[in-house]
Amino acid sequence: MNHDCREAFAQELEQLAVADDNVVVVVNDSIGSSKVGGFRERFPSRLFNVGIAEQTMVGVAAGLANAGMLPFVTSASCFLTGRALEQIKADIAYSNANVKLVGMSSGMAYGPLGPTHHSIEDFAWTRAIANLIVVAPADSEETRQAVRAAARHRGPVFLRISRMGVPEVHDASYRFEFGKAHVLRDGEDVTVVANGVMVTRALAAAELLEAEGIDARIINMATVRPVDQATVTAAAKETRGIVTVEEHSVFGGLGSAVAEVVVEHAPTRMRILGVPGVFAPTGSAEFLFEHFGLTASKIAEAATSLVNADA
Amino acid sequence: MKSSVAQSSPSASELHRLAYEMRISDLKMTYRAGMGHIGGDMSSMDILTVLYFSILNVNPNNPSDPNRDRFILSKGHCAGALYTVLAYAGFFPKDDLATYMQPLALLNGHPDRTKVPGIETNTGPLGHGLPVGVGAALGAQRRNAAWRTFVLVGDGELQEGSNWEAAMTASQYRLANLTVIIDRNRFQQGDAVSSTVEVDPLAEKWSSFGWHVLEVDGHDYGALQEALSSDGPRPPRPKCVVAHTHKGKGVSFMEDRAEWHHRVPSAQELELAVNELTEKRSQNESRLS
Repeated sequence: MNHDCREAFAQELEQLAVADDNVVVVVNDSIGSSKVGGFRERFPSRLFNVGIAEQTMVGVAAGLANAGMLPFVTSASCFLTGRALEQIKADIAYSNANVKLVGMSSGMAYGPLGPTHHSIEDFAWTRAIANLIVVAPADSEETRQAVRAAARHRGPVFLRISRMGVPEVHDASYRFEFGKAHVLRDGEDVTVVANGVMVTRALAAAELLEAEGIDARIINMATVRPVDQATVTAAAKETRGIVTVEEHSVFGGLGSAVAEVVVEHAPTRMRILGVPGVFAPTGSAEFLFEHFGLTASKIAEAATSLVNADA
Repeated sequence: MKSSVAQSSPSASELHRLAYEMRISDLKMTYRAGMGHIGGDMSSMDILTVLYFSILNVNPNNPSDPNRDRFILSKGHCAGALYTVLAYAGFFPKDDLATYMQPLALLNGHPDRTKVPGIETNTGPLGHGLPVGVGAALGAQRRNAAWRTFVLVGDGELQEGSNWEAAMTASQYRLANLTVIIDRNRFQQGDAVSSTVEVDPLAEKWSSFGWHVLEVDGHDYGALQEALSSDGPRPPRPKCVVAHTHKGKGVSFMEDRAEWHHRVPSAQELELAVNELTEKRSQNESRLS
């Protein structure tokens, strides 16, 4: 059964708000798309809708943090990161404002609404900013824990949350930590690193690879910054290559983050799967995943090519 | 608790003397740094002087007191003026002003709240201060706290659309605890504002956005005190104070000249400027008595 991670986010946020009177929400008319209608009903005076004004949305959050509040900004990731990037840099990250930025409906989830509504650049944009933790949870459980971790952390966090339903890959025994990757499946032949909605596809690829006798290590790299250097280095040394899979441009995202570690600490072969530097054609998210080869079979194919490559 | 000077309710002539002393200090600091924004520093110095020595409820010994008034310098390039005023108000030693823009100094060319006591948010790119001020004022409103938020913006800066987003939001939430002060010096980096993209009619614009608007001479200490004070009737609206100023105010050869936006004086120009400011510092102009 698939779950919408936005629901998990909204439920966790409401629980936090019950426990902490400082928790407030700032939106750009994005109440429905951010699933914070329930929050508004329960805490009407703690939701600030600044209108369709992303720069003001992020600046207002910095001001609320200055006043001692714990603001969560929830908005479509494409607009939050694209329109307000300088506010994210100056007002939040550089000012070290205790603000949690939540980019909703990230990646290509808006499908046929087109590239204006896709956020396949947000890892690259946010990952380049100092003092900003960047996280893309894989399922509801990880979303809940990431929201709690963000609230506990005193400083700026960007959470990238999908609107696409995903099956649970973590159970309640899982312990999320910023900067700590989770090895979902151990393996010795090849490594697949994924995050967000691509994690279930990576796990499906492992099944396909197993049928071919290839033992794949599957890593959920939810935190893109700071990236888990130790886990990447171990995978690079212990398996024959690394495939990265992300619902993002191949420029500057998860693949780049992993490659930066690999080239410096443990050079190995890599394949970086993502959107290859083009604006997507019209189509649903599922169609676009097929179109760009972000499927279990294509991930397995890339992994097989690394295993079969000459040493 | 107010900063030490503010407690004593300084007279207009005391504020005048202080503002001119700080102008001299700022000019010398900028000369040493070899960089800075003198024109705006000088146009906003009287506003900053009135705020820090007469209006703001801030305590240099406890700069992060939750109940302090918030001041945000949206025109962050005038950090030189703000640093000078903060040092004179006791937030850090005046000797530190000599480090302005030196390698590894805390006093960057634009203010950094993580390094300098008394700074509320990091500014530099224009159009950032007012949205943050709106957020702070919303926080105080939600808490029913008495502290106020002041944002100083440049007039050229109002070409940034984010100001008008924030102006609408402030009006929507009836933020009577928020005051924006416009340093209306009529010049921006390259030219007169009117020759670039005119921002007038300012009073009508802010008024039509739902703000309570006052216009004052931005070099008249008494008028600034009155406009920025919380005394008297307070309409349930945010307040906009259009402070008419002169870029480069105080130094005759700098006044109303766009090139002094970020020009640095030569040794000879510095001497001339300091002499003129020293003379004006001790002047007891009739309107001040």
